[in-house]
Amino acid sequence: MKLNKLSLTVLTLGFAFLYLPIVLLIGYSFNESRLVTVWAGFSTKWYGELFADDQMMSAVWLSLKIAMGASTGAIILGTLAAFALVRFGRFWGHTLFGSMINAPLVMPDVITGLSLLLLFVAMGQLFGWPSERGSLTILLAHITFCTAYAAIVISSRLKEMDLSLEEAAMDLGAHPFKVFWLVTLPIIAPSLVAGWLLSFTLSMDDLVIASFVSGPGSTTLPMVVFSSVRLGVSPKINALATLIVLVVSIAVCIAWWFARKAERDAQMLPDEE
Amino acid sequence: MKKLLNCFSQGRTWIISVPYIWLLLFFFIPFAIVLKISLSESAIAIPPYEDLISYADDVLNIKLNLGNFHFLLQDDLYFLAYLNSLKTAFFATVLCLLVGYPMAYFMARAEASVRNVLLMLVILPSWTSFLIRIYAWIGILKSNGLLNNFLMSIGLIHEPLEILNTNVAVYIGIVYAYLPFMILPLYANLLKMDLSLLEAASDLGCRPWKTFLKVTLPLSKAGIIAGSMLVFIPAVGEFVIPSLLGGANTLMIGKVLWQEFFNNRDWPVASAVAIVMLLLLLVPIALFNRYQAKEAANEAK
Repeated sequence: MKLNKLSLTVLTLGFAFLYLPIVLLIGYSFNESRLVTVWAGFSTKWYGELFADDQMMSAVWLSLKIAMGASTGAIILGTLAAFALVRFGRFWGHTLFGSMINAPLVMPDVITGLSLLLLFVAMGQLFGWPSERGSLTILLAHITFCTAYAAIVISSRLKEMDLSLEEAAMDLGAHPFKVFWLVTLPIIAPSLVAGWLLSFTLSMDDLVIASFVSGPGSTTLPMVVFSSVRLGVSPKINALATLIVLVVSIAVCIAWWFARKAERDAQMLPDEE
Repeated sequence: MKKLLNCFSQGRTWIISVPYIWLLLFFFIPFAIVLKISLSESAIAIPPYEDLISYADDVLNIKLNLGNFHFLLQDDLYFLAYLNSLKTAFFATVLCLLVGYPMAYFMARAEASVRNVLLMLVILPSWTSFLIRIYAWIGILKSNGLLNNFLMSIGLIHEPLEILNTNVAVYIGIVYAYLPFMILPLYANLLKMDLSLLEAASDLGCRPWKTFLKVTLPLSKAGIIAGSMLVFIPAVGEFVIPSLLGGANTLMIGKVLWQEFFNNRDWPVASAVAIVMLLLLLVPIALFNRYQAKEAANEAK
């Protein structure tokens, strides 16, 4: 079916709603005036001010480090979790395990944040570790909620995978570990990339959970943005937003390319059914 | 096949137990601790609560303090905040469905090449910063913001509309931020739908609208439930949107919990607020879990 008039109208309006705020945000980042809503000529001075803001830059750096660690941890745990969900049939506590993968997707951040903070405090009292809250506790919290997303992305790929490929490698005498490394991993690689990128953006974006579990001295980017936004709009935040949109768009395009490539590769293989 | 399974089962326990234990420790046990703290008494100490169990002079004391829950019942503020959160989340979900369903429907019925691009366009905003997308609306909705400037310049209104810091702004924010989460499961569901059923209905003389109501809509029930839960549950506990777009009198329970914790430093009451919120969300979360499990089972077939 081709797009008719009605569907074209609905989709245009819908996407305008989704994109107009972002486009305006980007446009006004090049505004000369401090007033975000009055156009006073083209300027890139807010980008200069953004990069000169030490507090902001150190927050960016901390957030990037945490996001790298969190997304890497999340795809390792997420891959294990995806195997547990897809390959091993039912095991003791299978339903509980499934719920623990699905529930973080919808759990309100304030609940997750509070509960993790109380856990870290209790652990600190019982074991003396973690002795203080900071980037380590934020990292642990982020790994946990990102694992759920990564597990879901990876397991959907794992489900589609053709088992006969692994079987063939086994029959030819390959060690299971080698089979995983040479057969399974390349096949699920696109989902690992997608899961990693998704986890990375989720970690970079988290304000609420990080605020609960962070300590003095570890301020992530969303915390700086939030406290600055509370005081009112600032063109510097617009400049930051523009850079984030730019980076994310590039990352999503790369992820998209990987996914499409995987799809094409999968179509080239003969179907079993 | 058997050999394959054998080889996997060697590492099976290990592969299952690592993520299992991690999630038990960092996702499941914390809830038990929240429950425990919600039953304790607040104290001026670090951390600011008393222990439930104490042992002194050969006496083991277990003190369960229900005062925090009693306090929640007594103070109207909490009741109104819960009620308002549920109400806001419900209507925002309905609005999301009204906007998202037609979009998902037409996306699923578009040509394959267009479909993929549209899908990416829906996903893209949800990958950019949530905080910043909400921030974008402040500049639009302010009394001297872009929307008011635009409406006044075309002469539709003469006085700026008060939108920012009202419930309307909160609704706009929730619908805007959560729309992709509504569209994605609906789209996946509508895409899988067997179109021959629709053809059959129209061959039998069913009008397009009636076909939609009698065939398409009931068949997309699973997608509607999944999308609605993905919007409703997080929206109930939403903190960022009411604090940036809502006003001082926008009562939402996520904001109340935050203030209880950060401003009043009352950890036990904050925990009690979280426990009650969790109880309210138990049914929706179970519904969502069941849907996800069913989807997984369907895919495995």
